[in-house]
Amino acid sequence: MTQPVLKITGLKKHFPVSTGGVFSKGKGVVKAVDGVDLEIFPGQTIGLVGESGCGKTTVGRTVLKLYEPTAGTIEFNGEDITKLTPKQMKPRRAQMQMIFQDPFASLNPRQTVGTLIGNTFDIQKITPEGGKVEEIQRLMKRVGLNPEHINRYPHEFSGGQRQRIGVARAIALKPKLIVADEPVSALDVSIQAQVVNLLEDLQEEFNLSYLFVAHDLSVVQHISDRVVVMYLGKVMEDADKKDLFLNPRHPYTKALLSAVPVPDPKIGRARERIILQGDLPSPVNPPAGCVFNTRCWKVQDKCRTEVPELVQIQPGHKIACHFPEPASK
Amino acid sequence: MSAFLEVKNLTVSFPTEDGLVQASNDISFSVDRGETLAVVGESGSGKSVTSLAIMGLHNRKSTNINGSAILNLESGPIDVISAPEDQVRRLRGKAMSMIFQDPMSALHPYYSIGDQLSEAWRLYNKGDKKAGHKRATEMLELVGIPDASKRVKEFPHQFSGGMRQRVMIAMALINNPSLLIADEPTTALDVTVQSQILQLLKDMQKEFNMAVILITHDLGVVAEVADRVNVMYAGKIVEQGVADGIYYKPDHPYTIGLLNSIPRVDQLEGKRLIAIPGQPPSLINLPQGCSFRKRCTFADQVADNLCATLAPSLDMKENAHFSRCHLTEKQLVAARGGK
Ligand SMILES: Nc1ncnc2c1ncn2[C@@H]1O[C@H](COP(=O)(O)OP(=O)(O)OP(=O)(O)O)[C@@H](O)[C@H]1O
Ligand SMILES: Nc1ncnc2c1ncn2[C@@H]1O[C@H](COP(=O)(O)OP(=O)(O)OP(=O)(O)O)[C@@H](O)[C@H]1O
Ligand code: SF4
Ligand SMILES: [Mg+2]
Ligand SMILES: [Mg+2]
Repeated sequence: MTQPVLKITGLKKHFPVSTGGVFSKGKGVVKAVDGVDLEIFPGQTIGLVGESGCGKTTVGRTVLKLYEPTAGTIEFNGEDITKLTPKQMKPRRAQMQMIFQDPFASLNPRQTVGTLIGNTFDIQKITPEGGKVEEIQRLMKRVGLNPEHINRYPHEFSGGQRQRIGVARAIALKPKLIVADEPVSALDVSIQAQVVNLLEDLQEEFNLSYLFVAHDLSVVQHISDRVVVMYLGKVMEDADKKDLFLNPRHPYTKALLSAVPVPDPKIGRARERIILQGDLPSPVNPPAGCVFNTRCWKVQDKCRTEVPELVQIQPGHKIACHFPEPASK
Repeated sequence: MSAFLEVKNLTVSFPTEDGLVQASNDISFSVDRGETLAVVGESGSGKSVTSLAIMGLHNRKSTNINGSAILNLESGPIDVISAPEDQVRRLRGKAMSMIFQDPMSALHPYYSIGDQLSEAWRLYNKGDKKAGHKRATEMLELVGIPDASKRVKEFPHQFSGGMRQRVMIAMALINNPSLLIADEPTTALDVTVQSQILQLLKDMQKEFNMAVILITHDLGVVAEVADRVNVMYAGKIVEQGVADGIYYKPDHPYTIGLLNSIPRVDQLEGKRLIAIPGQPPSLINLPQGCSFRKRCTFADQVADNLCATLAPSLDMKENAHFSRCHLTEKQLVAARGGK
């Protein structure tokens, strides 16, 4: 079997925070990521979904060692990189890149496109074959930007074009893995498809692996091979795309999928919804037992006391729930 | 009988240093009580500008507004565009109400939720602060805030995004408005909370028999709630009709393109998305002819290069839809892929 590009096991990232009001100062931790396992193989896309604050971005940043993990291991191309220092990480960074949600905030407004893309070579002290400017223009062309615009500044581009600049930067060093954190969420619907198609084409061309972080399940469904569903720092379900969308076994996944609006009035009206009550609990004070128990529509006493482990429920399909939904068919 | 709100040839433009921004252009539509009209379109297409004009919230000195927006009140019709400003102010919150795109900007950070709701109520009702707080608590209960009598004393920052949106809805509905404009009321929310809020809006609409204008860029949300739809592009309505028609027999290449470009959670074949090329034009120097032409894959089918020279008018098509496009019915059928 081929070796995974990325394998994380028991990954935790806790942030210290001060809790309590003005009078009761205390220290606590946000368990932003609290035990996540996942694997990505070459050329594969893993979708990481879940509601705001469930820890998706933190997983992405910790995987790239932009955050130091609190516990667990990160293996990249078979090498344990968990304990590597920033200096040791540097040569490996070329292999693992990130695309950010906000194409406005993630690009330095005072640098031209040429500089922004060229920086990635400078940091690694690499001179591309055939010359830097030529390579920058080739990349611009590849992502659908006009190479003549090499001396323009980010504000002279539209949102979709700025995201293309981000993509060009990410692929400049021919990485193996790209963590894409909500790469199309800030874009207009009519522009999202352009960027999604570009990411798919590049994946095919370079056999890239993506960790695709998003809250939009329709986009995730489209682009992913496997999908991992998170809730309050934990993995609730992890399955092959088709399996997850056709046969969700975790009550949370089932509710989440039923809440996604479908652009088809007849289907939309006929669909049964599981409406979850209430909001996400605070990750500083997560519920005991199953973290989903305060909103779960199947909750029993056991859920309030015993943490369900993430276990394989059928081949290639894992869930963390005491009372899984029955397998359909 | 005329509908509760009738908008006719509404045009809003802003003079700026770079030129005239034609944000909203020749907009006509109507909504009746009990009905939901959805407005879709990309960022900058004029959805909010149009709504703010109806609410009388543009600065009349620095904004050019033409056309009319008539509210057919029991006491008689009023055109909010030409009526004196203080008269329009007295309609806001009572005859018509709006939920804004960003709930934090619409709630005051230093006043309690109860004080803010109570103030809104006391604008139109005789009653002291205590009565106001009682009404505020009732409204919070109605919009599904648990522990309403306790939470009414709290401040906006103590509420989650979903709860703030519920407070916004409570605030907008506290005086039983006849028209509610909800501008992207669920865009900032997670899907599980979004479905709670959409359900709440539906229930409230029934309870108060409101006319609702829902602004969103999410075609999934539209499919779920809309009776009729306005599709906007570069400041104009490019297609208008009943929801089913918009989805099953779209009559404008932009609508057709949008529907083709979105992935669907219920379709697992993994077909490549058909993207709309390019990006919307600047509203300052709108191109001659059709504003969508540069992105339209069907423009070359129209004779005499008409799309580049003549702006199409909003015409009725075969299925009682209105669309701004030069394509013939036969060409549209082909553009829809034979449907
Ligand atoms: N640097 C930090 N310090 C303290 N807490 C943090 C930090 N970064 C994230 N958190 C907290 O960790 C939790 C997970 O955050 P994260 O940004 O990973 O969520 P997310 O799933 O990406 O959410 P979103 O969909 O809103 O982007 C949140 O409660 C967040 O407030
Ligand atoms: N006060 C103003 N002065 C100048 N231009 C303005 C003003 N208000 C809005 N505009 C411009 O008018 C156009 C339409 O804006 P509007 O806010 O209606 O867009 P929208 O369809 O609501 O978009 P979004 O989906 O991003 O909310 C935009 O190009 C905007 O920049
Ligand atoms: S373990 Fe219990 S609370 Fe958690 S998802 Fe399953 S049924 Fe719900
Ligand atoms: Mg995030
Ligand atoms: Mg808007």
